[in-house]
Amino acid sequence: MIITTILFYLFSAILLGSATAVITARNPVYASLFLVLAFFNAAALFILLGAEFLGLILILVYVGAVMVLFLFVVMMLDINLTRLKEGFLSYLPLGLAIAILGVLELAVVFWTSPLGHIPAPGPIPANADNTRALGVLLYTHYLYPFEIAAVILLVAIIAAIALTLRRRQGTKTQSIDAQMAVRAKDRISLVNLRRPEQ
Amino acid sequence: MNAFLLHWTFAIPEIWVLIMACVVLLADLYLGERLRDVAPVLTVLTLLGAAVLTFFELGQSGTTFAGLLVLDPFTNVAELFSYLAVLMVVLYSRRYLMDRGIYRGEIYVLLLFALLGVMVMVSGANLLSIYLGLELLALSQYALVAFNRDSLVATEAGLKYFVLGALASGLLLYGMSLLYGLTGTLEVRHIAAALVNVTSSNLILVFALVFIVAGIAFKLGAAPFHMWLPDVYQGAPTVVTTFLASAPKIGAFALIIRLLVDGGYGMLESWQQIFIALTLVSLVVGNLIAIAQQNLKRMLAYSTVGHVGFLSLGIVAGTEAGFASAFFYTIVYVLMSLAGFGMILLLTRAGFEADRIDDFKGLSQRKPWYAFLMLIIMFSMAGVPPTVGFYAKLAVFQAVIAAGYVWLAVIGVLLAVIGAFYYLRVVKVMYFDAPEPESGPIVRDDLASATLSINSLALLVLGIVPGPLMAFCFYAMQGVI
Repeated sequence: MIITTILFYLFSAILLGSATAVITARNPVYASLFLVLAFFNAAALFILLGAEFLGLILILVYVGAVMVLFLFVVMMLDINLTRLKEGFLSYLPLGLAIAILGVLELAVVFWTSPLGHIPAPGPIPANADNTRALGVLLYTHYLYPFEIAAVILLVAIIAAIALTLRRRQGTKTQSIDAQMAVRAKDRISLVNLRRPEQ
Repeated sequence: MNAFLLHWTFAIPEIWVLIMACVVLLADLYLGERLRDVAPVLTVLTLLGAAVLTFFELGQSGTTFAGLLVLDPFTNVAELFSYLAVLMVVLYSRRYLMDRGIYRGEIYVLLLFALLGVMVMVSGANLLSIYLGLELLALSQYALVAFNRDSLVATEAGLKYFVLGALASGLLLYGMSLLYGLTGTLEVRHIAAALVNVTSSNLILVFALVFIVAGIAFKLGAAPFHMWLPDVYQGAPTVVTTFLASAPKIGAFALIIRLLVDGGYGMLESWQQIFIALTLVSLVVGNLIAIAQQNLKRMLAYSTVGHVGFLSLGIVAGTEAGFASAFFYTIVYVLMSLAGFGMILLLTRAGFEADRIDDFKGLSQRKPWYAFLMLIIMFSMAGVPPTVGFYAKLAVFQAVIAAGYVWLAVIGVLLAVIGAFYYLRVVKVMYFDAPEPESGPIVRDDLASATLSINSLALLVLGIVPGPLMAFCFYAMQGVI
């Protein structure tokens, strides 16, 4: 019990630290790598809670796919960070004030009227299989929102292609059909170069 | 059959629209080069088919998909009017898009997906399905607004809409999560049952309601959450603006019905006060700022804010008659905006956008029939009898007076009179000013002008015989309260 508590605080501390580093790091590549670290610690917290499927999927999807893509974009774009951070200090007081106000308001709400309607989770049964449990729930009870989420992703694909795909005139592209259909005699024609006998 | 699929036939219109959206996408991909009209024609067929399918479901009610989708009279009626609105947009759209070189199938695909989002919202019985429907609608809208990517204003409008829309979705989601924390359920019916035990002064509940109402107000375009409206309406291609002012408003109205009436009717006093404030600000901001506008699309955007103020009067009333009259006003607003933006679409030509009020100068000499139709539209927006706009305003005023808010009705009437000024100015410009020399010829467009004639004359006919539409709205509110 004590070990899990220690682990919880350890992971949480690293999570918060790396999250802060994401916005303070000077180099955008470092910032993305700190975000990877933050995801790892969040995944560790999930696993501590007994939700190993969510933890693993977080690493697979976010670290494995999303962040790699993110790093590609960051490396390809020439981001001028000094210009990006120009207004940072002048906006900082206002941002901090709003953040503190928000936190205070929420604290007041949660202190004065505790969210008492949700019972604390019971102990995890011995052979609980939360991958199966999630799957069963997702494909039966939540089938409808699952399908709509899929449609939303489809719309995102269509919108991204419709907004960015440009067919330029006069670009040189491969014509694969023509390449495959070509025969040797189309490419090479043998010419007799021997000087004719005089 | 599995229990969660019980009554899955209730979702047939949604399934049909989804399948057909994919069919339109593929058909446009393979046939679009040769048959340029394949996407819009298929879209029209989709809408007609969906209307038939929904028509067969009239009178049925119940839930399906484990209670995530509800079929009741409101679902049916709101879906039917959404089909009608999208149908009009498609009929108006062809020449405008061709002139601007964006006559592409993706526009119609995105329109259908946006419609699907509206349908999911309208039939949502669970915070999850309502929110996903909203996001489906919003995502399609962002792409549609920015669709003309070579236009700087359209891209700017799209980006602005995207950032502010994401913020509003966040607010709404935050409110929903607080509501979930308070009641422990996502299902709207269970939330209503759980809220019986919660006092209305509960701080978490107040927080949740404020966030939810702010999110809804943004989607509706109520002041002070209207900042995006003028820029987006002006910047987007006019076809998209026409769409933005139509079916999505029915979806936003469904948010009120599903979240606040179905879910939070027991908390009426709590959110009623927020709505009174929204109504007052919207009425004042919309009607006063619209006076200063020179651009017709901007003016109609501010007039939208004003109209949202009027329809919220019915919501404030908090009675069945109030909600029915607010629904009536929403439908009438959709018909009026379709006609108003349709008129701009009709007068544009390649390289010329007829969106300044000055472009309407002397329209009565150039094209008397169009001027007459515009006269009906403007009279209806101003609320002049015998157009339907008058009856819509009358109905919300009656409802709010019956609920005891006479002072609110008085303010509403005063601002309606002020608002009449800028609508009538357009009429004055059309009939009493000389046409500008550079205004050029009006391009002939039979399909759009026939649609516009029917649309505008409907405003007149519905004004003379409002009974059936009003009865339809009352029918829709059956089972809501």
